[in-house]
Amino acid sequence: MTVEVRIPTILRPYTGGEKLVTASGDSLQAVISDLDAHYPGIGERLLDDSGLRRFVNVYLNDEDVRFLAGLATVVADGDSITILPAVAGG
Amino acid sequence: MVLRISRSLVNSLVAHARADHPDEACGVIAGPVGSDRPERFIPMVNAARSPTFYEFDSADLLSLYREMDDQDEEPVVIYHSHTATEAYPSRTDIAYASEPHAHYVLVSTRECGADEGPFELRSYRITDGEVHEEPIEIVEG
Repeated sequence: MTVEVRIPTILRPYTGGEKLVTASGDSLQAVISDLDAHYPGIGERLLDDSGLRRFVNVYLNDEDVRFLAGLATVVADGDSITILPAVAGG
Repeated sequence: MVLRISRSLVNSLVAHARADHPDEACGVIAGPVGSDRPERFIPMVNAARSPTFYEFDSADLLSLYREMDDQDEEPVVIYHSHTATEAYPSRTDIAYASEPHAHYVLVSTRECGADEGPFELRSYRITDGEVHEEPIEIVEG
């Protein structure tokens, strides 16, 4: 499965400045592994030991993956994934 | 760097902070990509509804970024209020700051609360965990 992934400004140093890249995999987990293989280090910015980082939002098409199956969310050819850091603080 | 911002945008931002006091208020002022001009005031809902924390709702966040993208805009200002402390970034503000090109504007309503009265307004760049305060130049309009 090939999907397009929108990269937020803060992670574009990993993708050589590209805001839209493609990646492959049949689940979000696999897509992130594939991203990390091509853009080393980006995986660690998205994941920690317990899974998706709390203040990173990942959307499959229009839906926050936390309301789907998280990292196990199944992706299909042509899907669009958007990564957005939370806008949050204290 | 200096934040140049119109008086009317400052008024809108402070009015939002007062309206949501004692919870933190938050939002964005968008402007054309690369312009450094805050132009479009976009108050956001604080999904945390908390006096000590703010977070944009995740669905609202996606809509906001899509809309800015469609209009060739970026978040020139990201603002939030502190309702019991000074207008200086907290540890969590610094940890989660993720727009290196944005002006992070903090307004403190600890003195004025929800009413008219003195407020504190300050602006910062937050990059790689480092905070740099910058002057604010308020222009009439």
